[in-house]
Amino acid sequence: MKHTWRRGRFLAVAAVTTAALALSAACGSGDSGSGDTASGESAEKVTITVQTFGGGKNFGYDEAIAKWNRENPNIQIKHVNLTDQFEQVYWPQMIQWLQAGNGAGDVVGIDEGGMGLAKAHPEWWVDLGEYGLDSRKSDYAEWKWQNGIDSSGKLFALGTDVGGMSICYRRDLFEKAGLPTDREEVSKLWPTWDDFLEVGKKFKEKVKDAAFVDGTNTIYNVVLVQEAAKNGNVTYFDTNNNLIVDKNPAVKTAFDYAVKLSQEGLTAKLRNFSEEWNTGFKKSQFATLGCPSWMLGVVSGNAGDELKGKWDVAAVPGGGGNWGGSWLAVPKQTKHPKEAAMVANYLTGKEAQVSVFNYAGNMPSNTQAQQDPAVQGAKDEYFNDAPKGEIFAKSAAELQPVFLGVKHTQVKNAVEQVISAVDDGSVPADQAWQKLVDDATKAAG
Amino acid sequence: MSLHTDYSGPYAQAQSGPQVVPPSPRGSRNDSPSAVRRFLSWLDLKASPYLLVSPYFLLFAVFGLFPLAFTLYYSLFDYELTGEQEWVGLGNYTELLADDQFWKVVVNTLAMFVIATVPQLLLALMLANALNKRFRGQLFVRMGVLLPLVTSVVAVSVVFTQLYGRDWGMVNWILSWFGVDPIDWKAERIPSWLAISTMVDWRWTGYNAIIFLAGMQTIPRDLYEAAEIDGASKRRQFWQITIPMLRPTIIFVVLNSTIGGLTLFAEPVMFYGGRIQGGSDNQFQTVAMFIVEKGFNNFEYGYASAAAWLLFLMILVGSAINFMLIRRIGGHK
Repeated sequence: MKHTWRRGRFLAVAAVTTAALALSAACGSGDSGSGDTASGESAEKVTITVQTFGGGKNFGYDEAIAKWNRENPNIQIKHVNLTDQFEQVYWPQMIQWLQAGNGAGDVVGIDEGGMGLAKAHPEWWVDLGEYGLDSRKSDYAEWKWQNGIDSSGKLFALGTDVGGMSICYRRDLFEKAGLPTDREEVSKLWPTWDDFLEVGKKFKEKVKDAAFVDGTNTIYNVVLVQEAAKNGNVTYFDTNNNLIVDKNPAVKTAFDYAVKLSQEGLTAKLRNFSEEWNTGFKKSQFATLGCPSWMLGVVSGNAGDELKGKWDVAAVPGGGGNWGGSWLAVPKQTKHPKEAAMVANYLTGKEAQVSVFNYAGNMPSNTQAQQDPAVQGAKDEYFNDAPKGEIFAKSAAELQPVFLGVKHTQVKNAVEQVISAVDDGSVPADQAWQKLVDDATKAAG
Repeated sequence: MSLHTDYSGPYAQAQSGPQVVPPSPRGSRNDSPSAVRRFLSWLDLKASPYLLVSPYFLLFAVFGLFPLAFTLYYSLFDYELTGEQEWVGLGNYTELLADDQFWKVVVNTLAMFVIATVPQLLLALMLANALNKRFRGQLFVRMGVLLPLVTSVVAVSVVFTQLYGRDWGMVNWILSWFGVDPIDWKAERIPSWLAISTMVDWRWTGYNAIIFLAGMQTIPRDLYEAAEIDGASKRRQFWQITIPMLRPTIIFVVLNSTIGGLTLFAEPVMFYGGRIQGGSDNQFQTVAMFIVEKGFNNFEYGYASAAAWLLFLMILVGSAINFMLIRRIGGHK
């Protein structure tokens, strides 16, 4: 009896969430009246649902979609950002929808971590080549394009953004700590990660009410991709999909560094993409975090207008790196594959990508967009007019692709659990590495 | 069959006078349709009771029995989303019994069940006893205790998660008046259990109180009057009349709470911001969450099915133990 009650409550959660999503989606897109139907030829009005993930401004499509909806009364885009958590919420849900053949949007976003699995299931996706999108090849760096080809050799996904790398920092908190605030000088403070740690210690001596970094995870991921580039561009899996967590020195180095940050007491002990983390931005609980280009939109979206101009962007210790970056794909279950392909084409095209970069900061993977003067010369008002075009566009062309295995998301999840657990003190640091390897092995099944 | 005889007894009695069968035109008595009608009325008598109760059984078969059997079947396979199915017999079960995380979540579930349910039922009993007295605005207050139940669990969890925040939560703020250091409610195991238990209790205490109250109102008043005359105190009346007479209700509530507590899901999930892991080190992950994590995050369907069956057994054993304990309440008549 009560069993069904509890299950009823779970359904209620699902229902409430869905309703909330539907509501926010309805608010997000400017619905044009149904009178438009007459103006088009005989074409029926089609609504294309675009599903994405991510915190803050997520994919940064708000302006690009509003423009499309104004210009295409017969194909309206409905954008639904499902959650800020890709590995733990979005992707598992999406896989269920794809597997069940029902529930997925007409166009869906996939993070790099999910691409290994997505590629292995050609039956999930519409062949974009059928809609002439093979012509887009010249828009992309070779690796970004190749990753959108599934195991049967057909094009199923188009790249949206690439990672790029920087450190976001709070000018006012740096000033309080007696550190330089100018981004050039700040960048010079930390040519290496050891220097970064030393700056952190200095910061900690002076500032008591805020930590130096948000938590262990953002910096861990930045170090991981940098180290991966030195170790054959692999992280948890080798290119044959064998788990190499325990053998890849990149993982151990990044792990050790994250643990060191935590043990020196430099973290605010906040896990990225949690409620507390979002609050931490507003309450100024930390001064820096690892910032791939797409993180700029997350920071500005979370921290809000009150902190505008107090955030800035500096170079990352240890050179560049690529963390994140996504693709758009069209699930086979869509009823409007042609229109969905058009929308995917538009959203990954030059014009929309430039709009995204200016609105949210996500660095386009579209090379034409990268070279656009509007991108190259872009400054971010929120980040004290940081020349984000210069910071990210320069490195974007040279980014190294990191290979991610089929079960990357599960392993990443398990690994980040342990790294968070070290930070919040629930797993002792000396047992953490063993637990990390064990849990990763279990997650890889 | 027994269903039918039970049914016809009181029915026939109630309708003792005139016949129920609709009067048929006398002239047609010898016609063949009467045979059809007789067959129909025979069918009506024999089959319609089953037809009337069948929706429940059909739904149960589709949504209860079939999944149960299907889960059992797949618990014997190594069945993954991305791979093929492979028969492993009881392999999933032996692997589960050796899985540290599984035992950890079993402990979490049992601990939260005890921490949440024991105070909850005692509180509900006291609340019901208080509500059973005469006072102004009786209906209003009685409805009031049900209010938490109609609040969305998401809203409840959002509020409680804020209250139990590590850095900005009200609970830590109040504790700080007494010199208690901030508690990380999501990282420390026992505090996390306490936090989730308060959420569960806030929501379900009123519900159980109302059921207790309904039970109390069926107890004949003359028992209390007789006790009063014999000079029994109110307290004694409560323990020696109310509790024993309430036994069937208590059994129902305890079994309900056992099932609900052991399948706890929504509150701990919401407490960790919608993540299924229940804390960075599974501090407050329940068995139900474990099943969902294995099944729908890691896509190990066979493994999750086996865990679901172990949970089912756990609930059976838990219910049986509680039933036997509760049955002893005021056992002598």
